[in-house]
Amino acid sequence: MATSLSAEATRALGGASRPGRAGDAIFRRLATTAALAVLGVLAGVAVFLAVEALPAVTADSARLPEGKGLVEYIGPLAFGTALAALIAVVVAVPLAVAVALFISHIAPRRLALALGYVVDLLAAIPSIVYGLWGIFVLGPASVGASRWLADNLGFIPFFEGPASATGRTMLVAGLVLAVMILPIVSAVAREVFAQTPRRLQEGALALGATRWEMIRMVVLPFGRSAVISGAMLGLGRALGETMAVTIILSVSGVITLNLISSSNPSTIAANIALDFPESSGLAINALIASGLVLFAITLAVNVAARAVIARRASGEGAG
Amino acid sequence: MSARPLQLTAAAGDLRWRRAKDRAATLAIAAAFALAIAPLASLLYEVVSRGLARFDLAFLTETARGVVGEGGGAAHAIVGTLVITGVATVISVPIGILAAIYLTEYGQGRLRRALTFFVDVMTGIPSIVAGLFAFAAFALVFGPGIRLGVMGSVALSVLMIPVVVRAAEEVLKVVPHSLREASYALGTPKWRTITKVVLPTALAGLVTGVMLAVARVIGETAPLLVTTGVTDSMNANPFDGRMQSLAVYAFNEYRNPGVMKEAAFDRAWAAALALLLVVMLLSLIARVIYRRHDTGTR
Repeated sequence: MATSLSAEATRALGGASRPGRAGDAIFRRLATTAALAVLGVLAGVAVFLAVEALPAVTADSARLPEGKGLVEYIGPLAFGTALAALIAVVVAVPLAVAVALFISHIAPRRLALALGYVVDLLAAIPSIVYGLWGIFVLGPASVGASRWLADNLGFIPFFEGPASATGRTMLVAGLVLAVMILPIVSAVAREVFAQTPRRLQEGALALGATRWEMIRMVVLPFGRSAVISGAMLGLGRALGETMAVTIILSVSGVITLNLISSSNPSTIAANIALDFPESSGLAINALIASGLVLFAITLAVNVAARAVIARRASGEGAG
Repeated sequence: MSARPLQLTAAAGDLRWRRAKDRAATLAIAAAFALAIAPLASLLYEVVSRGLARFDLAFLTETARGVVGEGGGAAHAIVGTLVITGVATVISVPIGILAAIYLTEYGQGRLRRALTFFVDVMTGIPSIVAGLFAFAAFALVFGPGIRLGVMGSVALSVLMIPVVVRAAEEVLKVVPHSLREASYALGTPKWRTITKVVLPTALAGLVTGVMLAVARVIGETAPLLVTTGVTDSMNANPFDGRMQSLAVYAFNEYRNPGVMKEAAFDRAWAAALALLLVVMLLSLIARVIYRRHDTGTR
């Protein structure tokens, strides 16, 4: 019995090994090819954008849209992109940290789980829906507040006014972006807050710290790098977000810090979405060139954010 | 980890002050949470209440062809969304899962590290850039006037692949090593082990990941705006001309409302409601599948 079983096992082994080897080699190559393909896609994005942007780079500036050089064309757009994204990050990060703390340390466990889902849900809502909400709901609702800001805080350049009567302002666009990036920032922060070593937390409480003191002295320092990388991921999102800005912002191509007036700089992404369908020839190449700039900026921001996360993870392994 | 030493004094008044601060901070955090959730509540309310006006049979069965005022529907956009997203899924899932298999089963050294890092970085590519990439690639071959459904699919794939890789890697990693070893001990070659043991074990997680990836791209507007274009007619062939999608439809109804603005805005909201329903349903089903599987195996 024992011998026949082992003989059968040997036969099965011998029988399977040769075709198995060939299958192994093929499958391994397939998986490796897919891995290379994924990296190839990323490289392809850079290459194809560069190739299609080249005509705009080499062309005479008079033939470009608005008859300006490429740098003068993209400059105000880059400024608008940075401004909108900065508003979003400044507003979203403190709120996201509060949301993360609320879910990880304050809300009861069962409730926290449900709340976590709700916040994740925010991330799944398509940007076009946020855009419609921004222009039809938040924009009109912001008019009164903008007027108040212009009247009472008009000495601050941001609120110089005159206040827009439609609410299609940089401030509203930035706020909608803030709502959109809040889930990703808080997800990153929440994950790390929840990993704060129990012994440190309990040690602080045992020494008589209140919960807030424990959060301030143990949890927040522990999660600081996560908050930073989360903020950078959110920044990357906000820089590249298209539809919400396209719909909400009333643009005029000016460079201004005035957040509540009706003339605003556009953003790179919104400008592409607005102009691309009606453009042809060199204008398309110029738009793609601006897209390449956007790609480079977001890539740099994301690489930096991921590097912070990766360093944190490896530091943990060593310690 | 170097927390600052706690400097706590036992004075009673001090303690009261610290307790008050604790309560104030808790209250402030809860208030900030409520403030962050408020937009979601408002958004859900507005989309449902405004979207219901035109969320009717005509919206689901008619196209926008020849519609200038009231009426008309988004059937062409619904079909377009399904076709474009479907083709994107067909492109992304095999590549994504195979790349994840590479990461968990084969990968080592620099390629593995590079892939892990750049997949994360790729999740941050702006959707409009993915659209421009697809346009640039097709324009090089077919000329700049080209607009096809499949171009949109390629654009969405760029956004979808990293999400699939991440999700698949996550679930393949938790397949117990003892299962693989048991399979090897029976003399099964590695590739049969992966296809017959590892993948079936992780199936529920893989399905969940793919559904979440679909949910992530099905509502995309910007990449389709520059690749599939805008049309009022039904077109179910991704290789033949312009194709409408729900998100682009919603944007177009808002942007070019025509003679009866309110009717067009109502259609835009109805499309937004449809998208929201699809995305939430996908996320919900994905969660349920994952939860049921999770509790079933442990």
